[in-house]
Amino acid sequence: MSRPSAPIDWEAASMRLLFGALTVLAMVFLVAPTAIVLLTSFTSSASLKFPPSGLSLRWYYALVDADQMQRAAWNSLVIALWTTLICVLLGTAASLAVSRSRSKWLRACDLLFMSPLLLPALAFGFAALVYINKLGFSPNIAFLVLGHVVVCVPFILRTTAAALSQLDPALLDASYSLGGGWWMTFRRITLPLIAPGLGAGAFLAFMASFDNVPVSLFLADERTEVLPIHLWQQIDTNLDVRTAAASGLIVVFTLALMLIAERMAGLTRQLR
Amino acid sequence: MRIESVLVLPLAALFAAFFVAPLFVLIVLSLHGDLAMRTWTFANYVHFFTDSFNYSILWDTLLLGVKATLLCLVFAYPVAWVCARSGARLQRAIVFLVILPILTSVVVRTFSWIVILGRQGIINQIALGLGLVHEPLRLLYTEIGVVIVLAQVQMPLMVLPILTVLSKIDPNLADASRVLGAGEWRTLWRVTIPLSLPGVIAGCILTYTACITAFVTQTLIGGARLIYMPLHIYQQAIGANNWPFAAAIAVVFMVAVLVVVAVLGALGRSAESHVQA
Repeated sequence: MSRPSAPIDWEAASMRLLFGALTVLAMVFLVAPTAIVLLTSFTSSASLKFPPSGLSLRWYYALVDADQMQRAAWNSLVIALWTTLICVLLGTAASLAVSRSRSKWLRACDLLFMSPLLLPALAFGFAALVYINKLGFSPNIAFLVLGHVVVCVPFILRTTAAALSQLDPALLDASYSLGGGWWMTFRRITLPLIAPGLGAGAFLAFMASFDNVPVSLFLADERTEVLPIHLWQQIDTNLDVRTAAASGLIVVFTLALMLIAERMAGLTRQLR
Repeated sequence: MRIESVLVLPLAALFAAFFVAPLFVLIVLSLHGDLAMRTWTFANYVHFFTDSFNYSILWDTLLLGVKATLLCLVFAYPVAWVCARSGARLQRAIVFLVILPILTSVVVRTFSWIVILGRQGIINQIALGLGLVHEPLRLLYTEIGVVIVLAQVQMPLMVLPILTVLSKIDPNLADASRVLGAGEWRTLWRVTIPLSLPGVIAGCILTYTACITAFVTQTLIGGARLIYMPLHIYQQAIGANNWPFAAAIAVVFMVAVLVVVAVLGALGRSAESHVQA
C-alpha cells in the first residue's frame, strides 16, 4: 500500500510505531520469564541470582537424587495420560453429537461441558472432595483422574468442534450414498479430517492435566502427590535451585512437545 | 433425532455424576452448620456478608481481575493487530510465542517471576544499577506484582480471540475508511475496534475468569498476607477444616464469577448485534 511519491503519512507512522513498540514489549514480556528460568537453572551457585555467576549442570545432577520429586513427576505423567485418554474418547463422541445440532438439549449439554473453563476450578475441586466424602469414599487416583477430565475436556471439545465445523457434510453424504455405514464413514472420512484438531486438543488437555493444581489440591491423597503441587510447596517453603532445574526440564519438554504438536497437528493454526 | 446424538451420553453422565452433583452437594452443605448436615441454616452466608474481612477479600479478588485484565488488553490488542497483518510465517511464530507461556507449567511461570521480582531480582538490580532507586523495591508480595504476573501468564487467552476476530474483518472496510479520508487512528477507533469488540469481550471473559481463580500465582506472588478468594476457600477448607463455611465462600465466589461473565456476555452480544446491524 506504499505510495512512493506521497508525503509521509505521520498518522499512519505514529500508529505503526506505537503498536509495533507495544508488540515488541509484549513479546519480551511473554518470553523473558521462560528464558530467564531456563538460564537460572544452569547456575553454579546455590542462589537464584540472575544472571548466574557461573554455569554448571550441578542442579540437574542433583535431580537424580530427588526421589520425592521423581515420584511426583511420575504420578503426574500417569494421571495426565489417563486423563487425556478419557478426554479424547468422551470428548470426541460428545462433539460429534453436539456439533451442528440444533437440539436444545444438546446445546445445553455443550454449555455445561464448557462451563469448567469459566467456573473457579478450586471451587470445583473442593466440591468434588465434599461429594466423595459424603458418598463415603476418600480421595484416590481414580477420582483425581475424573476430576481432571472434567476440567480438561473443554480443550478437546473446542478444537474438535472447530475441526468438525470445517468438515464438508457433502463428504459424509457421499460416503453414506456409496453404502458406507456410520462406523466406516467415521473411521475413513470424519476421523482423518478432524485428526489435527483432535491432536491439538489432546495436547492441550494433557498439558492442562499435567499442570493442574486446584483440583489435585483436594483430590490427591498422600501417596499420589503430583509434580505441580510438589513444586508449589517447594517454592512456598524453601526456594532451592533444584526447583529451577526441574522448571528448566519442564520448559524444555514443553517446548519439544509444542514443536511436535505444531509439526503434526498445526497447533498454532488449531488455536485460532 | 440423529444417531450421533446418543454419543453425548457418556460425557453427559460423567458431568452429571462428577460435576453437577458435587456442585449441588456443595450448595447443600453451605446451607448447613456442620458436615453431618442435620439442620438447615443461612448462618454461613450471614457470617460471610456481615464480616468485612470476608467481603473485602471478595471485592479485592474481583478488582484484581479487572486490573490484570485491563493491563493484559493494553498489550494483547496491539499484538493481535500486528499479528493479523503479518505474513503467514511471522503469524505462526507470534502465535507460537504467545501460547508458550500458557502451556508452560503455571508453577514454572510463576517461579520465574520470583527470580525477576525478588529483592535481588533483575528489576531491582537494573533499578539500583541505574540509580533510579536507593533501596530494593518491594514487588514480590504486593498487589502490583500479582497484577503484572497475571497479565503475563494469562495474555494468550486475550490475544487469541482478538486475533480470530481481527483476521475475519474484511480489509476493504479499513481501506474504504481511508479512501473516505479518515486517518489511521480514526479508522482504528471507528472501524477496526468496534468490529473486533466481540473478540475483545470474549478475551476479557476468559482472561478475567482465569485471573481471579489463579491460585498458584496469587499465593506465590502475593504471599501469605494478600488473601484472595481461592486461598480463602483453601484455608477455610483445609487449614481451619470448616467445610460448611468454605462451601459458602465457594458458592459466593462462583455466583460472583457467573454474574461477571453474564454481564460481559450480554455486552458481547450487544456488540455483536451492533456489528451485524
